[in-house]
Amino acid sequence: MADMQFSRELPLAGMMHGGPGVSISAAPEANRINLRAGDDALAGLSKGLGITLPKKPKTSASNGSRHALWIGPDEWLVIDEEGDPAADCAKVKAAHSAVDVSHRNTAILVSGPFAADVINAGCPQDLSLEIFPVGACSRTVFGKIEVVLYRTAEDAFRVECWRSFSDYAFEFLKDAARGA
Amino acid sequence: MLLIHCPYCEEKRPELEFRHAGEAHVARPADIANISDAEFAHYFFYRDNPKGVAYERWRHIHGCGRFFNAARDTISDKFLTTYKAGEPKPELVEAANENKAEAQKGNSAK
Amino acid sequence: MSAAGANRIAGAGRLTPANTVRFTFDGRDYTGLEGDTLASALIANDVHLVGRSFKYHRPRGIQTAGPEEPSALVGIRRDAARHVPNIRATVQEIHDGLAAVSQNRWPSLAFDIGAVNDIGSPLFSAGVYYKTFMWPKAAWKHVYEPVIRNAAGLGVAPDQPDPDRYASRYVHCDVLVIGGGVAGLAAALSAAESGAQVILCDENANMGGALRFEGEAKLDGLEGYEWAQQAVDRLSVMDNVRVLQRTTAFGYYAQNFVGLVERVTDHLPAPDPDTPRERLWQVRAKRVIIAAGAIERHMVFANNDRPGIMLASAARMYLNHYGVAVGRKVGVYTANDSAYAAAIDLKKAGVDIPAIVDLRTDPDSGLVEEAKGLGIRVLTGHAVTGAGGKLRVASMTVEPANGGSKAEIIPVDAIVMSAGWTPSVHMYSQSRGKVVWNEESQRFLPGEYPQDAVSVGACNGTDGLQASVTEALAAGETAAKETCPKAKKSGVKITVDGEGKWAGNMVGAGPGAGAGKVMKAFVDFQNDVTAKDIRLAVQEGMHSIEHVKRFTTNGMATDQGKLSNLHGLAIAAEALGRPIPKVGLTTFRPPYTPTTFGAIVGHARGKLFDPTRKTPMHVAEEAAGAVFEDVGQWKRAWYYPRAGEDMHAAVNRECRTVREVAGMFDATTLGKIEVVGPDAAQFLDLLYTNPFMKLGVGKLRYGIMCREDGFIYDDGVVARVAEDRFHVTTTTGGAPRVLHHMEDYLQTEFPHLKVWLTSTSEQWAVIAVQGPKAREIIEPFVEGIDLSNETFPHMSYAEGKVCGVPARVFRMSFTGEAGYEINVPADFGRQVWDAIYERGAPMGMCLYGTETMHVLRAEKGYIIVGQDTDGTVTPHDAGLSWAVGKKKTDFVGIRGLNRPDLTAPGRRQLVGLKVKDGKTVLEEGAQIVANHNQSPPMNIIGWVSSSYWSENCGHPIAMALVEDGFNLMGKTLYVPMPDRVIEVEVRDTVFFDKEGGWIHG
Repeated sequence: MADMQFSRELPLAGMMHGGPGVSISAAPEANRINLRAGDDALAGLSKGLGITLPKKPKTSASNGSRHALWIGPDEWLVIDEEGDPAADCAKVKAAHSAVDVSHRNTAILVSGPFAADVINAGCPQDLSLEIFPVGACSRTVFGKIEVVLYRTAEDAFRVECWRSFSDYAFEFLKDAARGA
Repeated sequence: MLLIHCPYCEEKRPELEFRHAGEAHVARPADIANISDAEFAHYFFYRDNPKGVAYERWRHIHGCGRFFNAARDTISDKFLTTYKAGEPKPELVEAANENKAEAQKGNSAK
Repeated sequence: MSAAGANRIAGAGRLTPANTVRFTFDGRDYTGLEGDTLASALIANDVHLVGRSFKYHRPRGIQTAGPEEPSALVGIRRDAARHVPNIRATVQEIHDGLAAVSQNRWPSLAFDIGAVNDIGSPLFSAGVYYKTFMWPKAAWKHVYEPVIRNAAGLGVAPDQPDPDRYASRYVHCDVLVIGGGVAGLAAALSAAESGAQVILCDENANMGGALRFEGEAKLDGLEGYEWAQQAVDRLSVMDNVRVLQRTTAFGYYAQNFVGLVERVTDHLPAPDPDTPRERLWQVRAKRVIIAAGAIERHMVFANNDRPGIMLASAARMYLNHYGVAVGRKVGVYTANDSAYAAAIDLKKAGVDIPAIVDLRTDPDSGLVEEAKGLGIRVLTGHAVTGAGGKLRVASMTVEPANGGSKAEIIPVDAIVMSAGWTPSVHMYSQSRGKVVWNEESQRFLPGEYPQDAVSVGACNGTDGLQASVTEALAAGETAAKETCPKAKKSGVKITVDGEGKWAGNMVGAGPGAGAGKVMKAFVDFQNDVTAKDIRLAVQEGMHSIEHVKRFTTNGMATDQGKLSNLHGLAIAAEALGRPIPKVGLTTFRPPYTPTTFGAIVGHARGKLFDPTRKTPMHVAEEAAGAVFEDVGQWKRAWYYPRAGEDMHAAVNRECRTVREVAGMFDATTLGKIEVVGPDAAQFLDLLYTNPFMKLGVGKLRYGIMCREDGFIYDDGVVARVAEDRFHVTTTTGGAPRVLHHMEDYLQTEFPHLKVWLTSTSEQWAVIAVQGPKAREIIEPFVEGIDLSNETFPHMSYAEGKVCGVPARVFRMSFTGEAGYEINVPADFGRQVWDAIYERGAPMGMCLYGTETMHVLRAEKGYIIVGQDTDGTVTPHDAGLSWAVGKKKTDFVGIRGLNRPDLTAPGRRQLVGLKVKDGKTVLEEGAQIVANHNQSPPMNIIGWVSSSYWSENCGHPIAMALVEDGFNLMGKTLYVPMPDRVIEVEVRDTVFFDKEGGWIHG
């Protein structure tokens, strides 16, 4: 039975919602690691990942399909829709923790002129471009769940959440988009 | 909803992202297995309940995830300052004055 | 006569006569105009009587033209589910089809049985509830309370779920301006043109504040209201400004967090279902500019609540904005200038003004001469001492203020009055500011600001249009400069021409009705508090205004005493013989005006009330007929009934099948934490009671986690994946707190350890296959792991592939059977589940749910933390001493476990119970006694923690925490139930396969 060929079933596969000024859709599948390490390992990990891990709070770094999001002073979320960041970290000698969370998280893409307004229906952070510019990212709350918010363009966000909360997140965004 | 300055995120963030975590500067005894009953009681059960400046632990649980310490005025409910875990208790005279200055900014704007 | 009401004055007001609107009040059809409030439309139709009062059921009319309205409360009905009580007629805009009903009357508004309360009113004075209905005690619940609740009160709450949508939004700005009158508009313009991010909100349908009724002054050469609308237009198109109309700032909280509620659809005849009825704005502002204006006060005199008696500014608003005369023969009673403006405007519109009664002996104002010039009789130094009429005012009684000559009765059909203006310090006070009494102007004004805020215009005690504009422009520009780094000079200039009549003199507290007279001179209309009630309160010993307030309920109604507070205070101060500031003002609290639960709840209804968490296999379980149970936010398959089976039969079958063949169970919800780093083993050694340093790679260990006090906190199986990597499992409910607990110790107590934590609870779908045939069922799917007992015995761990996807396989059991827990990446979970099921089902395997899992583990005596422990149970109490590392020198709980009371004899210990009749299933939570013949209260020695029917054993099984339980083996104890006493025998907790051979296959 080794010939079974399973493909990933994303929790929000195919979900989409278009409203006036905002569109909400499930992100394509991605590889993700939760990376935790001390300062001594950062150079090696940055080299291994091909991306300079950001050290400044609320910032991210990108290289091609790979994005490294600062989560905490020793924590990054690395997202890659093509490559395998876990494999790249496995080659790094310095002590660190790279844990595959590709399936733990799923993502919702929110875009359009009202994107920030719709997210602010449940997220208490200031999402103005001065405070939360393109490339900014943060773990925060959205309604009653925790999310990682990543601004990919002036009017586009990636909302990462744990898979069992994704239905709630999507429905909330949809509700907020009604009559936004 | 309060705004709380996270010393790791280096900015004020909404209270919803934080969780209170008890009194600060209560260190776990190094040789805990051998302390007396009285010492254990003081470590684990006894807590200050001051009117005025209280030292508290908070965790930015839905943010950077870090535990940090805060000095808060239990009368005004205001945070006087926050600082990283492991840092010494801050000198509060200065911090209290700063807080007062900030509060009075509204007046000077009149 | 206009179609839109007999009192409509041609050429007056700003509404368009052609735009008529049809609505009903108490079932009668009326016509109003687009832009009318319910109040203006009713007055236009000469309807003043709109409700009955709270306590005395007195007829009540419309007293104001705005949100401060205490009396004109009605029910608004859109359809069966949309009936909203206690809506202020002065705020509700009319639309086609609007249906309004009066409240607190029976059988009809004009004839109300409850009005006997008015005649019997000596019984209903202040404090009556506290004093009268004390005895007999039982009568309160069965007689007094139901009668009082029926007779007192206002509208009836809707009894159906609210069908409307509500939205909420967090929003940040540099400057929040509360109030869109002239000061608010000027401040907003100035701040916005300086480049600040500005939010301007106003509670009314139209911005402009007093400019809506004050037509004399000109701003930038325009009529005031016209200027205001242009200012709003100018602000609305600016990118850095959000203008919110019909939006009330209802709460001012810490650090400039202000709650606004926007009424989005209540004024629309047929709202778009996508549009929320209301939107809650949770604003965080760097600075708040409060421009809330001032509220006029009524005069306190006998029967001052008769319909047709209203504030002078309200009469002006109805005339100048809505084009409605409040009467044909309008008396005026005042203690300041602003009522003259109303008299003059009404007179010019053709309304008869029989007299202006002015308390002041020598009012020094040009308005007096202007009024006299129009032929109005002005009686200075006089007072109105009473009003005639019942359902509508019919006359006013006028006497010289200092008494003396006899009274004159003047016929009127309306009275307009003004005792002065109260600056709206509600928002300032809510921000924790302490108001300060200004002796010169006789009013409370903002003092020191505890938050970054400033007040401008009338709410700051600034009199006069020019002064307000100047102050507001400066405040706006300063606010921008101090909150917005990019701010520039605003360049906004506003030329003011004329001050308007209203602004001339806005101060002066009116007198209360004289002491010692039996009459109803109302101070607080909504709670039916009279001047006499307040004097009575003082007489009864209430010397603090806080006590007076609670004794009389003055200012405690939904209008929060916007009209009454200062009068109440002045009367109390007079009665006490103390100056007003010594008596003090009560604190203002949110909400400023009544706020719907819908707005507060926002999106969090129905599916969004709380997240519902489902595992990747949920759809497959649903298809297999699972009944689900809620475990926290999770939906877990509880049992899988087949045709004709009830829960009991299904669980019995599942229990048998697992032990006889095999069963498959969804264990995905278990918490999982990846612990990685060179010091990972040392860290776990500190966090668990068990030793972890020597656990080999590829091995599992059951671990118990205690708190520092020695009590069990959580448990789970830990796998050593690599030298520096562990896969930790936690209970389903414990996942977040265990991670929090671990992070706490790692960050603050053991920061020297090089180890990191990551939650992987949702990375893995977990499929448990348990039972004698488990290995045979899964074997063909597994690659890279030799599943034989020799190489992969009980409590082993290996990585390989299952169904071609990477998997972590645990050889472990929570059933006592040989079994496996297969972890696969979650997005593959359902497919792997289905594949195993397709093979296993024909071999006799069943799906089993949480109920069967509970029974099977109880048959083996395995505990569930939180069910068999309650936060006061140590590992020793639970019979798990073997899991506490004897040689360890430190772990969390090591010292707590040695506390004297935790080592003393007589602790409650976990034992098994055999039910002597062999068939009764005990109730979980039932109490246990040693002697059932004692009289209550009995000496309780324990309680049943787990109890089930065991099909495999053929008898009920139970576990219990019993005092000194380990020493009571074989003893008979008793479980007293309401109908009988059940005899039980204490035994060990392993009910099935005592030797434990089955687990090894």
